[in-house]
Amino acid sequence: MQAIGLSLIDWLIILIYFGFVIGIGLYLRRFTKSQEDFFLAGRKNSFWVAGLAFLSANLGALELLGMTGNTFKYGMYVAHFYWIGAIPAMLFLGIYMMPFYYSSKINSIPGYLKLRFDEKTRVLNGISFAIMTLLVSGINLYAMALVLHTFLGWNWDYSMWASAITVAGYVTLSGLMSAIFTEIVQFFLIWFGLFLVSILGIIEIGSLNEILARINTYSSQISFTTLWSSSSDPNQNGMLVHWAGIVLGLGFVLSFGYWTTDFLVVQRAFSAKDLRSARMTPILASFFKMVLPFIVILAGLIAIALSIDPKSGFTLLHDGEQVNYDSALPLLIARYYPPGLVGLGVTALLAGFMAGQAGNISAFNTVWTYDIYKSVLNKKASDAHLLWMGRVSTIVGVMISLMTAYWAKGFPSIMDYMQAIFSWVNAPLFATMLLGMFIWWITPNGAFWGLVIGMLSSFFMYLAVKFHWFAESIITMSSVQSDMAANFWRAWWAWLICAVVTVVVSLWTKKKSKEELVGLVKGLTDEKHDHDIPYIKRPEFYAVVSLIVFVLLNIWFW
Amino acid sequence: MSEQGMKPIWYFVGLILMVTGGLIFCSGIYQYFNPPLMKTVLADTQPNIWWGGLMVVFGGGMFLKTRKQTR
Repeated sequence: MQAIGLSLIDWLIILIYFGFVIGIGLYLRRFTKSQEDFFLAGRKNSFWVAGLAFLSANLGALELLGMTGNTFKYGMYVAHFYWIGAIPAMLFLGIYMMPFYYSSKINSIPGYLKLRFDEKTRVLNGISFAIMTLLVSGINLYAMALVLHTFLGWNWDYSMWASAITVAGYVTLSGLMSAIFTEIVQFFLIWFGLFLVSILGIIEIGSLNEILARINTYSSQISFTTLWSSSSDPNQNGMLVHWAGIVLGLGFVLSFGYWTTDFLVVQRAFSAKDLRSARMTPILASFFKMVLPFIVILAGLIAIALSIDPKSGFTLLHDGEQVNYDSALPLLIARYYPPGLVGLGVTALLAGFMAGQAGNISAFNTVWTYDIYKSVLNKKASDAHLLWMGRVSTIVGVMISLMTAYWAKGFPSIMDYMQAIFSWVNAPLFATMLLGMFIWWITPNGAFWGLVIGMLSSFFMYLAVKFHWFAESIITMSSVQSDMAANFWRAWWAWLICAVVTVVVSLWTKKKSKEELVGLVKGLTDEKHDHDIPYIKRPEFYAVVSLIVFVLLNIWFW
Repeated sequence: MSEQGMKPIWYFVGLILMVTGGLIFCSGIYQYFNPPLMKTVLADTQPNIWWGGLMVVFGGGMFLKTRKQTR
């Protein structure tokens, strides 16, 4: 494809963004004096700041491009990632899990595992999380360079190094606070930079109903415009998945595994100023999460509607015979945005990439410093030394990400493996956390071996299907082949295996006393949260409102 | 965190939206009088002008409301 041309005004907007984020890092540097400032942003944030950062840490440009492309491929079923694949888990985190996390004053998720179980479970999770985070960060960097090279014609090396050095610069200067500040800036840039695509798409085609009608006319056998009504038969929906796979795999295991245990997002809630703000963090984020499909899913549907109209002249790029689905959003930007707005759209994507990388790096430096370095290597490290280690590990983390990015460049199929990485680490971890937080007699050895066998089983299932050691239908219980369905079902089985092993081993190994678990386990902890404030200000009230909106959206697009 | 005198995040969000929105708005005015050779779809609706203007209003409001605030 001919690269999208950038004019002087576009370059100016991009340079202003780069200068701006470095400026924020320098400005915040003077307020970063202690390890708590660096790793937890001083625990002073309102739920608005923590909530938008919570959402933005997950809102990378890869997701924006990928989900728009996936909508083109699978249809509206992709909205499940934003609704059933996020909202129940976010509300569960805010209402039930956050009190245990926040009240125990931990610095990280592995820190909770240390208190609830033991040191070996903490270190196991710390190491697996650190490796996952750096791999994902590096792959994101590679993907960013790929996108910038393909659509803007930018040099690979310059793109990767410029963004990596910028991220290393501002995270090293002031840690989580500068990561949070840039994530919130990114949130607004993404809305202003990309929502206009949906608006102009609707103006061009006529209306939302016209977009859906065109798609339905084109594809009468498989539904691309419904959420549930075609889910009882995998052959009738674009994702080729049964509703049970969506509910159990995505809605339960993958969603809860990610939103309630992945430190990358939960760290933002830990930065809140009090328990109510920490509980409100994911609940507020759930409202913004629910409206994101009006950028990504709508843009994907617009791309389908345009591509089936020969007069529009809109077609996705092809890599050989393969359709490049990720090209949908950049091509829509090129179609609608004049000079100036192109700079804003590109800046929104760049901001998404860099904020996503900063999120990974700030989570990595915390887990490395607290859960590996201080826990295993230097137990007596001082506050000043840990602050120094946080800065050093930021730079080292970015360097390792760069190495991973170059590795991925020479070995592109590594991208395929990364698709499944969350189900290797997060799905079993969710079983460990759920059992540990709600059942007091789950033992440290039960948790450790459940986690080990859960992660290994997920990894084994992935390799077994990938290399045809056994048929995918054994996992998905369906004759239809679908990578997405396989991801959902593999996560479910990994969760179940971890849960069963954890329970069985716990029955035969030494339990912790109830006194040791006060504040960490439901039933042993005082749970009178926010009872002294009016009902309309309680997190539970907003969770119910969010749940109602969630149900209405699902009914609307049933 | 030692936050004596620290500006709130909304100040910075307002600032960057106001600056970039202003640039986009001005480019829209320029393109109205000097249309580019390569026209985008719906270029006649002048998206730079109304979208850039919206950003200036939104960002400017946020910036002005928080310019004297500290956390």
